[in-house]
Amino acid sequence: MASFSAQENRINEILPENTLKTLVPQEQVERVVRPAPSRYRNEIAKYIVHRNLNCKLCGKCVKVCSYNVHVLKPGYKYFAEPKNHLCIGPSCEKSGHFCVSQCPQKALQVTENPMYKALGDYRWTADLILATWKMAETGEVPPKEYDYNYQCGNSGGGFDKLRFKFPDKPRAQLDESQIDTSISLNKRNDGRPEIKIDVPWYGGGMSFGSVSNVTQLSKARAAVAWNTFTCTGEGGYMERMRPYDDHVITQVATGLFGVREETIQRVPIVEFKYAQGAKPGLGGHLLGDKNTPAVAKMREAVLGISLFSPFPFHSVYSIEDHQKHIDWIKHVNRRALISTKVSTPTDVDMVAVGSYSAGTHIVHIDGGYGGTGAAPDIAKKNIAMPIEYAIGKVHKFLSDEGVRDKVTLISSGGIRSAHDVAKAIALGADGVVIGTSEMVALGCVRCSRCESGRGCPRGIATTDPELSAKMSIEWGTQRLINLYSAWRKELVRILQQLGLRSVHDLRGRTDLLMHLDYTNDMGAKK
Amino acid sequence: MPEKYHIKTQPVPPRRPRLGKYGVVDWREDCARCHNCVKKACVYDRYRQEADYIRNLKDVDALFFDCMGCFSCVQDCTKGLLCMSINPEYMKMGNSYWTPDIIKTTWLQAETAKIPVSGAGYRGPFSGKGFDSMWTDMSEIVRPTRDGIHGREYISTSVDIGRKPSYLTFNGDAVPAAAKQGLVSIPMPLIIDLTSPAHTLPQLNPLIIQTAVNTGLIAIIDSRQWDGKEDNLENIAFYIGPDSPVVAKETLKKTRLIELADNINVIDRISQIKKIHPDIVIAIRVELTAAGVERAIKLGGLEEVEVIHVVSDANGNELGEAKPRFIKDMVRQIHTALIENGHRDEITLMAGGGIALPEHMAKAIICGADLITINLPLMISMECHLCNSCKPGMTCPAKLEKIDFNYGVGRMTNLIAAWHDQLIEVMGAMGMREARRLRGDVGRAMFFENLEEDTFGKLFGTRKQD
Repeated sequence: MASFSAQENRINEILPENTLKTLVPQEQVERVVRPAPSRYRNEIAKYIVHRNLNCKLCGKCVKVCSYNVHVLKPGYKYFAEPKNHLCIGPSCEKSGHFCVSQCPQKALQVTENPMYKALGDYRWTADLILATWKMAETGEVPPKEYDYNYQCGNSGGGFDKLRFKFPDKPRAQLDESQIDTSISLNKRNDGRPEIKIDVPWYGGGMSFGSVSNVTQLSKARAAVAWNTFTCTGEGGYMERMRPYDDHVITQVATGLFGVREETIQRVPIVEFKYAQGAKPGLGGHLLGDKNTPAVAKMREAVLGISLFSPFPFHSVYSIEDHQKHIDWIKHVNRRALISTKVSTPTDVDMVAVGSYSAGTHIVHIDGGYGGTGAAPDIAKKNIAMPIEYAIGKVHKFLSDEGVRDKVTLISSGGIRSAHDVAKAIALGADGVVIGTSEMVALGCVRCSRCESGRGCPRGIATTDPELSAKMSIEWGTQRLINLYSAWRKELVRILQQLGLRSVHDLRGRTDLLMHLDYTNDMGAKK
Repeated sequence: MPEKYHIKTQPVPPRRPRLGKYGVVDWREDCARCHNCVKKACVYDRYRQEADYIRNLKDVDALFFDCMGCFSCVQDCTKGLLCMSINPEYMKMGNSYWTPDIIKTTWLQAETAKIPVSGAGYRGPFSGKGFDSMWTDMSEIVRPTRDGIHGREYISTSVDIGRKPSYLTFNGDAVPAAAKQGLVSIPMPLIIDLTSPAHTLPQLNPLIIQTAVNTGLIAIIDSRQWDGKEDNLENIAFYIGPDSPVVAKETLKKTRLIELADNINVIDRISQIKKIHPDIVIAIRVELTAAGVERAIKLGGLEEVEVIHVVSDANGNELGEAKPRFIKDMVRQIHTALIENGHRDEITLMAGGGIALPEHMAKAIICGADLITINLPLMISMECHLCNSCKPGMTCPAKLEKIDFNYGVGRMTNLIAAWHDQLIEVMGAMGMREARRLRGDVGRAMFFENLEEDTFGKLFGTRKQD
């Protein structure tokens, strides 16, 4: 498996002597899947088991159930609460192990949990949330019998209407070990490091302020384990991130919060954030309540005031200005790759080519339906095009201009599953950035309350010390390692079914896709 | 630089408990009285607030539903007794167009005058019908303006109503001559329209007029319902129904804008009114029935006509049609026809009906309207549930007939202020500095059908009919 480290790429030999490099010893994190169960006492279940007063406590249900839903602890007279989240529901009837039909007293009943309807939304259905939790817990996609649709949401368009056309028999029978999921982030051949990441995704920018330091560190450690990256967002660079410098992208955004030459010199990738999918055309928002003393210190801002980043960069009104920005970073950090994060306006293809010509290594397009942070509701659904439209447009234009293989195209904004990753790549991206999926893996229920007050009641997107303490770094790291593991396995299965040896071979293969709302007969159309 | 348009606002709390989307209900009896939910799990302190609410309840008006839907208490309950559900009362509000979420966000804006902000990205469907089938554009690296949202550069939302001179004329001393006819400028592309027949409560008119005064806008008031007070005629546009007499001459001379119902005598009435008050701007209200679009286009070609106000039904649909066209498409059709006929710059096009959210204002303007008109959002701002109980003999749950003056004016003013701020957000994202220039600029929008065809149509054949 391809990997990147400072030693392998011999940065010291490639780069001028005066280049600063992190002197902090880099911490290693094992890429091992371990169980990371929910940190809550009660898990939300799709089905619930009811036991009525006819129960004679015979214990047959315990013996019959293969999923350990029923619990009769030794020495206890009565059953404990059933582990509803393990129940696969009425589909169990086919297995011959259905407790309801096997109960001699007919004392059991399994029904759909009415609470299920209160969980999730069009983009992140309850199935998708629970399946992501399962993946984060076990490192595997949920078994089929749970009947979770973890492949897509219910938004009625875009990724949710795209499907792969899996052949009955793949062209080649490939073993998992034969499949390469790594992607290269530097295609410019410009003497800067040839950075490869082992999975075609990395973690999106979430600033300290928008999320807790526990969340940021968990993301960073998972990135180390999977040899990929995480991003600081625009809120500055925590000192506690230093042991993970080699897997950190630091962001230079319009607010320039916490941006110093020293922080730019720490990392292998620096990202210019021109815009973001959550609020295209608007600057970052950190509402006053979340601007705690620690955040204010990091951002060198006044405590408690709302921090609205300007839009756009006031020093950039043309591609030439953009190039000056890139030149500045390239000068400050002679080993860094440059990523340019933009949103998805009509002319996103022109912006991408312009950014390439200005010297960027990575064009990161962030679609309008993504985002994890605070955003005006009006911006969320109305401004800029969904990423599904933008990927193909940019891929084609870069190809037509003859530069497609000289720049890495990363997409984000609504990537929720390994299937979305594969679909984005098939539409033309090299890889993706994920954000919300990571938050869901850490226990987010998408209640949308991350923006104000004490912040996230689940302790993820908050800087409140009490709420942040709801989660430990070790648990958070493991959940993300597990999620990445499940996604990679699923991605490998997709590539196996398509008979492709590498994720790179999937790029731009729209011929492998179909759309449920279309006739899928291009020949007839022509 | 012109004086910056600013609407003074202050929080106006609701009169009734908030009707939230979620509620937490006890699942079974077996509570351990551990108070985990009350003391620890609920970071919003809703359990205590609910207890206080019930303790102080004088009569049973509404239950307490202000759960934020975070599931923390449900998942932390020692005995696993709690269950969250969607509040059925919430889901009963409104209809398929005026959804509960629209009503809720309108209430919030009317209370706080703030732009609704939330986290965790977009939660809704990929696209939808009507205004949900288009996205506004934005610009980033290459853009014409600086940041207008936070006051770094002024974004003007002013629009003009009436016939603008197509060229400048000068007096002998090289000073530009004044325009021959009157032109009404308002600081925001929004006019308060007549209330729908269901909500027509004469006692609301003074509140609506005061809201127009507070916001510097104009309210269209049915001349038959006017109370005769001449204090704020600058902010009133009388609506003259087909059979209603024109208001008194002296009153007419003090108004800037008047609206006439479209009928066969409308041109004669325009001449009649212009004789009394030559500088008054006259709008013709055209209902968007099957013949409405064509009628508007025809009126646009008449020399006497300067403003056309097209109105669809409350849901933005063509009136009286089984398969109605949507207001955005009808406005686009009228706008395009006026351009093709060479009359567009001579006509002001106002569009009403189906404007439920501030983005609809921006989108309707992009589709070709100069400004929009609203009424239902203002009713909703005063806690109307759109329950359709507003019939004789029925009781209005929002008690609209008993609204306090300051409450009503405050809530409506707050809503308009929040809409104005959101219009600036959208225009700022686009890099637009003037609402006037947004009109008909479809290049600043992306339409679902075009994006689908350009992206998926080229890959996957023909789109199946919905």
